[in-house]
This record gives sequence, C-alpha cells and structure tokens, in this order.
Amino acid sequence: MSMLSFEQKYRVRGGTLVGGDLFDFWIGPFWVGFFGITTAFFTVIGTALILYGAAIGGTWNPWLINIAPPDLKYGLGLAPIRDGGLWQIITICAIGAFVSWIFRQAEISRKLGMGYHIPVAYSVAVFAYISLVVIRPVLLGAWGHGFPYGIFSHLDWVSNVGYQYLHFHYNPAHMIAVTFFFTTVLALSLHGGLVLSALNPPRGEAVKTSEHENSFFRDFIGYSIGTLGIHRLGLFVALSAGFWSAVCIIISGPFWSRGWPDWWGWWLNLPIWS
Amino acid sequence: MSYALKAAGAAAALIGGFALLFTFERPPMDTVQLGYRGLGIEQVVNPRLERMTLAKNAIPAVVPQVGAVGPKASAVYKNVQVLGDLSVTQFARTMAALTGWVAPEQGCNYCHNPNNMASDEIYTKVVARRMLQMTARINAEWKSHVQETGVTCYTCHRGQPVPAYSWAHNDTPPRSAGLSVGTAGQNLASGSVGLTSLPYDPFTPYLSGNAQIRVQTPAPRVMPVKPGIKDAEWTYGLMMHMSTSLGVVCTYCHNSRAWYSWEESPPQRTNAWHGIRMVRDVNNNFITPLQPQWAANPYGPPTGPVQPRVGLHGDPLKVNCGTCHQGAYKPLLGVSMLQDYPELNAVTNIDAPPPIRQ
Repeated sequence: MSMLSFEQKYRVRGGTLVGGDLFDFWIGPFWVGFFGITTAFFTVIGTALILYGAAIGGTWNPWLINIAPPDLKYGLGLAPIRDGGLWQIITICAIGAFVSWIFRQAEISRKLGMGYHIPVAYSVAVFAYISLVVIRPVLLGAWGHGFPYGIFSHLDWVSNVGYQYLHFHYNPAHMIAVTFFFTTVLALSLHGGLVLSALNPPRGEAVKTSEHENSFFRDFIGYSIGTLGIHRLGLFVALSAGFWSAVCIIISGPFWSRGWPDWWGWWLNLPIWS
Repeated sequence: MSYALKAAGAAAALIGGFALLFTFERPPMDTVQLGYRGLGIEQVVNPRLERMTLAKNAIPAVVPQVGAVGPKASAVYKNVQVLGDLSVTQFARTMAALTGWVAPEQGCNYCHNPNNMASDEIYTKVVARRMLQMTARINAEWKSHVQETGVTCYTCHRGQPVPAYSWAHNDTPPRSAGLSVGTAGQNLASGSVGLTSLPYDPFTPYLSGNAQIRVQTPAPRVMPVKPGIKDAEWTYGLMMHMSTSLGVVCTYCHNSRAWYSWEESPPQRTNAWHGIRMVRDVNNNFITPLQPQWAANPYGPPTGPVQPRVGLHGDPLKVNCGTCHQGAYKPLLGVSMLQDYPELNAVTNIDAPPPIRQ
C-alpha cells in the first residue's frame, strides 16, 4: 500500500506506553507497537480456536457454527474444552484482542499528540461486550450466562434472554438505549445531509460554508449546534446508546429477576393516580 | 455551570438514586438451566423472595386419617348425592377438612342449616357439591395436567370462601366514540396481564371460549393475514397471565426462536396445553352452570362475609391459571395434599359432558 506524500512527516517516534522503542516501527501502512503484537497474538489464537470449535462442532455451515458457553453447573470455574472450555478461552482471547486494540489506539493518539477520544469511544463498545460475557455472568455466578459464539445461536440467546423478562421493551435502560440509537441515526443523517448539501451546490455556484449550515438549522429549528458541536453531540448520543445497552443487560437478572413490565409497578402505584 | 443546571443535576441524581435503591433487586440470584447451554433457556430466581413464596404455600395440618368404619354415609344421612360411598367416619373427616379449607371462620353453618343439615336451602351447599364433583373430575380426567399430585379444595381456596384469583368478562371501560375508539380491550397496564398494556381480558376467548393460540406458522403469509397481529397480542396477553400466575418466564415452556415448535419446547409446554383445556372444562362445565346460584347471591350468603361472586356482567367469577397456581410454578410447590385425602376421589355422580382435548 502506498503512502500519501505528506504522510511520512507524521511517522514520528515515541508515545508508546509499553515496550519503548522495541516495537515502534511500521509494517507497510500499519504501525506495530507492543499492543499491535498482542492484538495479533490474541486474534490468531482466538480465530484458530473458533475454527477448532467449528471442526468438532459437527457443521461448517457458517450460519450454524456454534461455540456455546459452559453449563451453569460449572459456575465461575473452568469447564472441559468440549463443554464450554473453548468458549472460555475464546472469550479471554477476544477481550485480550479488544483491549490491546484500545491501547494501540491510545498509543497512536499519543504519538500524534491527539486527545484520547477514539480509544475512549471504542472502549464503550468493548465495555458492552465485556458486560455480556464477564460482568453479567460474574454477577449471576456462572460463565454459562454469556452468549454463545455463532450467528444463529447468539440470536437465539438474545431472543430467549429477552423473553426471560417477559417483555424486554419494558426494561427502562433498554428504553433509554433504543432512544439513543434512534437519536444517533437521526443526528448522523441530519449532519450527513447538511454537509453534503452544503458541498454540492447547483452547477456553477460556489460551495457553501458553515455559515450556510448554521443558517439552515437556525431557520429550521431556531438553533445550530455548530460544526464542532455536532461531532460532540454525535459522540455523546452514540456512546450513550452503547453504554445504556450494556446497562440494560447487566440489570436483567442481577438486579431484576421478574418480568420487566412488573418493574413498573412502582410507577403504577404512585399516589398521584388515585 | 449555572445554579439551575446544578440543581437539575442534583434532582436527577436524587430520583435516579431512589429508583436504583428502592425499585430494583440485587445479586446474588439463583439460576436454573432448563435448556441446552448457551441458549438462554433458564430461570432466574431471587432467593430473598423465596421465604415469601414458602410462607404463601404452607400446607395446613392434616386432619387425622380414619378407616372406612361404619355404614356408608348415604345409608345414614339424607340427601348425600356425591359422597355417599364414603363411610360415615370418612364422610365426617371430609366435612371437617372441607370446612378448614374453605370456611374456617364461618364453620359448618356456612353451607348447612344447623337445624336440618340435609337441606340444600343455603346455596353454598349446592356450590360445594358441584365443586366436589369438579375436584374429582380434575383428579380423574386431567392427570395430563395435575399428574399424580392432584388438587383439593385447598389448592384454590387456601382458607378463603372465595379463591383469591379469578376472572370475569371485562370489556370496560366502554370505548365507542372519539379518539379512544378501538382500543380493543387493551392499553390499560392491567394486573391480569402482568402490568403490560396487552389485551386485559384474554380469558374470555381462551379460557372459556375455545380460541386457538396458533399465531405463528412456518407457512407463507398471504393477505389477508390471519391470524394477524391482533391475534398475537391476545395470545401474548394470555401468556403474560400464565407467566405471572406461575412465577415463570416465557422460556419455561418455549424456545423463543420458534414458539410454535413442539420439538424445541421444554416438556412443561405439553402440560400447559392440557391445563388450558382443563380450565375450559372447569369454567364451562362446573363454574358457569352454577350461574343462577351466584346471580341470586351476588355477594355471597346473607351471613357474610360480603364478597362478590359475579363480575361486571353478572357472569360468575371463573378460574384461570392463577386460581390454583397463585404465583408458584406448581400449586403449593408441588406438595400433594390429595394423597392425604383419598376420600376426594370417591366422589360419585360426576355429572358433566366428556372433557374436550383438542
């Protein structure tokens, strides 16, 4: 892969968290670093184990390959490889790779003298994954509460776990998360539409600037959040969507054992209704 | 930060803290795996709520058993229509047990005229006789649901003249005009459907009528789609009732990836299928035929206690899953009281059409 002419000058040494200069080099366009090595290490082992799991699982149909967590009876202990132990090692590899990736992003940010916004944002996605396979299973006392690794099987898990609380749309954190997801879509589509419309004037006219963008939204809804602000807002709504998703599954089970509609009893019992 | 912003933040934190502290539960929880690992077919139980469940399902002391001594009750007493095959000692024991289960405070006179025990003048005696027939019918014909555990009067009554959980036709509030027309008996956060906004009287079609719960089908969906979304919502209403009545979740009976699939469902679903037919049998052949008795005494016998026997439309209070289960996956947590009262199976003259199992 070729490099852009000006890219060379941004290839600066330093900024590493671990390993000093040892791994501070590039392979083609990719910076390596200590966490690049650990990412590759965990990714290769994890992927190989998934292939091993598929090989002993009885099907190579990509939809049906399923690597399930252990039975609940193993609690928080180790399970035999063929009875969920594989899932446990793959989970360790996945978390190792994802967390390495966070630190690699942080090191590159340091190298370039940037803020940590990217690793922080990515951490929220990793947090959501860890909520599903570590935090909630530990709170419930068994690794078997994690979701299985398989395309159809993980969907079955989502469906069944949702119906364990009778009607998941009544989960208050799920409500907040869904609202943030839709808000993210709305904000991104408004922002994308606005930028493209400013940059694509009718033939023969000059490209419009941010003042046109601000004027559009002031005319439209009385307020423009601005060119920097829209990205802060976008980051906030997107991360909130992931964060509240994690909350909504952590509270399902450890902090509520019944149907979610039942939780709203406190609301229905408020004295203001009678 | 402005003062208003800080105050708003503090208020939000206060409300959030209240919600966290007082409306949720906490770990550790007990969990039970009911399906293949990783499928999420499991049950989460709060062990701190179990003490309440155990207290609610305590078994009353057994009336000492007696041998079949002496002549038959039908030979000694008059107007013994269904317990005539019992010996007088067993008959007396059954009457004592029944009083303790149904009318412990009111005593014998809740059903009997003390000056003429054989008289049917107090309507509750007529009801009690029908209920004895119903109990025997359930224990004989609906083993597919009650297994060998069986039922007694106590399964539903729990020391109360009127069981705590029942239902009657409910189409209120009547909505026939304006923007609220067509609410289709839903959107009211009703306790009958686990506080959801689903249709709140799923009992009339499914537990006295014979509406089918077959809304999911692998067949192609061709317009006009029937069963449609409305049918699904009514079904879900009934399922919410079943779940909350048994204290279980959807995955107790279903693998939610294919609700319809018997092959993938836990075996409890078969039991529940028979239970629905059993409840229809009870409502249509035993409860509803007593309608004239209750219509004449809509608040119970004149001696009290004053408790309604009929619903808004004058139909009798009927049976649903909660009537027996009362929040437990098995009524009384699976303890068989019937084993101690074999007299209940000696009821003769169970006068009802044959059960419908389809």
